[in-house]
Amino acid sequence: MSDVRIGVYVCHCGKNIGGVINPAKVAEHAGKLPNVVISRDYVYMCSSPGQLLIEEDIKKYNLNRVIVAACSPRMHEPTFQGVLKRAGLNPWLLQMVNVREHDTWVHENVPEKAEEKAKDLVAAAVARAAHLYEINTVRAPVVKSAVVIGGGIAGIRASLDLANAGIKVYLIEKKQSIGGKMAQLDKTFPTLDCSQCILTPLMVDVSRHPNIEIYAYSEVVDVSGSAGDFKVKVRLKPTYVDWSKCTGCGACVEKCPGRAPKEFDEGLGVRKAIYFEFPQAVPRRPVIDTEHCLWFTKGICKVCEKVCPVGAIDYKQVERYVELNVGAIVVAIGYELYDLSKLSEYGYGKFKNVISGLQLERLSSADGPTRGKILRPSDGKEPKTVGIVLCAGSRDENHVKYCCRFGCAAAIKHVYYIKHALPDAKVLVFYTDVRAFGKGYEEFYQKFRSEENVFFIRGRPAEIFEGRDGSLIFDVYDSNTNQLINVRADLVVLEGAVVPPKDWEPLRRILKVSCDPGGFALELHPKLRPFETTSDGIFLAGAIQGPKDIPDTVAHAAAAAASAIGFLAKGYVESVPYLAVVNEDLCSGCSLCVPICPYGAISVSEKEGKRVAKVDVIKCKGCGACAATCPSGAMQQNYFTDKQVLSEVVVLAGGAK
Amino acid sequence: MSGGEFEPRIVVFACNWCSYAGIDLAGTSRIKYPHNVRIVKVMCSGRVHPEMVLKALEEGADGVLITGCHPGDCHYISGNYKAMRRYLLLKKLLGELGLSDRVRLEWVSASEGERWARVSSDFVEHIRKLGPLRLKEVMEGE
Repeated sequence: MSDVRIGVYVCHCGKNIGGVINPAKVAEHAGKLPNVVISRDYVYMCSSPGQLLIEEDIKKYNLNRVIVAACSPRMHEPTFQGVLKRAGLNPWLLQMVNVREHDTWVHENVPEKAEEKAKDLVAAAVARAAHLYEINTVRAPVVKSAVVIGGGIAGIRASLDLANAGIKVYLIEKKQSIGGKMAQLDKTFPTLDCSQCILTPLMVDVSRHPNIEIYAYSEVVDVSGSAGDFKVKVRLKPTYVDWSKCTGCGACVEKCPGRAPKEFDEGLGVRKAIYFEFPQAVPRRPVIDTEHCLWFTKGICKVCEKVCPVGAIDYKQVERYVELNVGAIVVAIGYELYDLSKLSEYGYGKFKNVISGLQLERLSSADGPTRGKILRPSDGKEPKTVGIVLCAGSRDENHVKYCCRFGCAAAIKHVYYIKHALPDAKVLVFYTDVRAFGKGYEEFYQKFRSEENVFFIRGRPAEIFEGRDGSLIFDVYDSNTNQLINVRADLVVLEGAVVPPKDWEPLRRILKVSCDPGGFALELHPKLRPFETTSDGIFLAGAIQGPKDIPDTVAHAAAAAASAIGFLAKGYVESVPYLAVVNEDLCSGCSLCVPICPYGAISVSEKEGKRVAKVDVIKCKGCGACAATCPSGAMQQNYFTDKQVLSEVVVLAGGAK
Repeated sequence: MSGGEFEPRIVVFACNWCSYAGIDLAGTSRIKYPHNVRIVKVMCSGRVHPEMVLKALEEGADGVLITGCHPGDCHYISGNYKAMRRYLLLKKLLGELGLSDRVRLEWVSASEGERWARVSSDFVEHIRKLGPLRLKEVMEGE
C-alpha cells in the first residue's frame, strides 16, 4: 500500500470537546498535512450518522487509513474499527487520537493550549498512520467452562446462571460452606423476608446442580494461560476430615470437648473445635480447627475419630492442589467490613456493648448465640435504649471516603429488629444523610422513622464512654436542631464501612485486574461494562466491583454471568493483534529476545542455513519487551513498530508542523 | 512556545493497562494538569526502547517521562522491571551527556488519576526550572 490516503475525523463529543476547542480548526489544520485526503469534524462521530459519514468517505475517497480524534481509544476504538471493517478495510488501519480524556477534559481552563495540543496529537497520528499496516489475528477455541471465585450470593447466582446455560462451573469458596455474608443476616430489607429462607434453597440448588462442582475450603493460588484457556490452580486446604467419606451426621461435633469463638456469630457465640460453619452449611462437612483442637494442641482426645461412624477423621491430611482448565473466570469474592476498632472514639472491641450491624444480625437470628433475643453482650440484659450509628467509618476522610450503599437501609431494618423484639425500647438513629435510594427503600424508611420512640438525629456521636453498668455515654451534636444531646444507651450498633476483602490484593495480582481508589476491582467501563475487566475472560460479580446491597449484587452477578456466557458461547477468542513479528532478513539469531519474553514464546532455530528467532503466536501476549531489546530492529511489535512509535514521537517532540 | 515564561515540551510514554488508564481517569475526574505533556501509548513500559527516549530529546522534547504499572502490577508479569533496568542504564548514558535530569520513570496505576496530575505537574515544573534543552538546534548548529 504505497499510496497512503488518510481521512481525519474530529469529533465534538457535543460540548465535551467542541465546547473547549474548535474541532473545525483542528480538522482544517489536519487537512494540510501530508497524505490527508479528507478531514472533517462532526458533533457525535460515534453516532450512527457519524459512523456512516466515515464509512461513505472510505469508499468515496478510497481511503486506506482513518484517524478519529475523539475520546480515549479505551472507549471507542472497537466502535470505529467496526466502521473500517464494514467499509472493507482492515481494522488496524485505524488510529485513534485521545482529545477528550487527555485534552479538553483536563485543559478546559486553557482552551488555546488545548487546541494547540489537539493539533499536535492529530499531526502525530497522521505521521504514525503512514506506517500502519494490516494485521490479521488468528482464532483459538475456548474451553466451555468457568471458575467462579467466591460462594456468596453473587457467586451462587453467577454459578447457577452459567450452569443453567450448560456451562461447567467450578465454584471456589475459601470457607467450608458457601453462603457468604447473606447467610449471616437475619432478614433482608426492605421486604423483611428471612435471609436464610431465600438463600439456603439456592445453596442446595448449587450443590445438586450436575454442572456445578464446589471446591469449598479452597483458594485460587495461580492463574496461567489466557482468555478462553485459563489454567487455574486451586489449593484445597486440609480439613482433617475426609469429605468423601463424611456423611455430615455431626456426631463428631456433638462430642468434641474443644471450644472456640464462633466466626459465623461474629465472635458472639461459641463453637466446637471440629465444626460446621453453620447448621445449614453447604456442603455440610466439618473442619477441624487445629488451633483449638486438643489433639493438635496437646496430643490428647481423638474423640471425633472414635465417634465417627464412617472413619472419616484424618489427622494427617495435607493440602492438595488441583488444576482447572476453564475459558472464563468470574470473581465474586464480595466485601469485608472495615475494622471498627480503628474508630477509636467509638470503643468497638473495648466496650462489650458496642457492636457491629452484623453482630446485631446474629443476635436477632433464630440460630444465633441468643436464639434470636436481642440482649446486651456484657450482661445478657435487654437493652432499653439503643443507639444506631450510621456511616461508621464511611464517608470519612480519615477512614473510608465512599458510601457503603447499604448502611442506611440496614439501619432502618435494625430499627425494626429492636422494635419488634423489644417494643418498649427507645431507638436513636444517628445519621449523616439517610440515603434510601433503592426500590421500596424510601417507603421502608418512612414507615419506621415514624414509629413510636424512634428518633432520627442528624449527627455523629463524639467520644463514647462506658459507664460502670456497661451502658454507653456520649454527646451528639444534632445539626437539625442546633443542640448538643447527652445520650446514655445500653447498646450501640455501628453500621460499619465496607472494604475489599484482605485476600483480594494477592488475588488481583494473580488475575492482573486493576483496582479503583477504594481498592475494589476496576471495571472495564463504569456505566457500559461494569462487570468486565481489562483482562479478557475475567468478569466481576457483586461487591468486589464496589459496595452493593443484595438486589444490586444479584443483578450484577446475573449480568456478569450473562456476559461470561456470551464470551464462552462465541466459541473462539482472537489472538492479540499486538504480536511480536520477526524480520528474518535482519535477525542475526543473537537470542537476546528469548529470555526477555515473560511467556517463553520465542525460540531460535535454524532456517535456510541461518539462525532466526520465531514467535509462537498463541503464547505471545503482545507486550513488546522483545522489540525493545532487539539490537538490530528485526523484532517488531504489530501496531507499535519502531517506525510507528518513532514517527509519533518526532512530531510530539517537535511540535505542530 | 508562547512569549514570556518557558513552556517545556514533554513526551510521555504510558503503558496501556495502568498509566494510560490512570491518565484517562484524570480526564474523567476532570483533574487538571499542565497542558505541556504529549502522551504516546505503548502496550507496556517494557516496550519503550531507549532509542524512543533519545529520539524525543533529539527532536525537541525538553523532557521525557516514562510511566508504567507499579512493581508487581504489570499486566505482562515483569515488563515494568525491564523498563526500570533499561531506565537505570539509560540514566547512566544520559549522565555522560549531562541530560540524566531530563528523563524520569514513574509508576501510575489505573486508579491514580490524582497521582498522575501530581507526577506530571512536578515533572513539568522540574523541567521548567532546568530550562529549554534545544538539543536539535545545538546539533544542527554543529
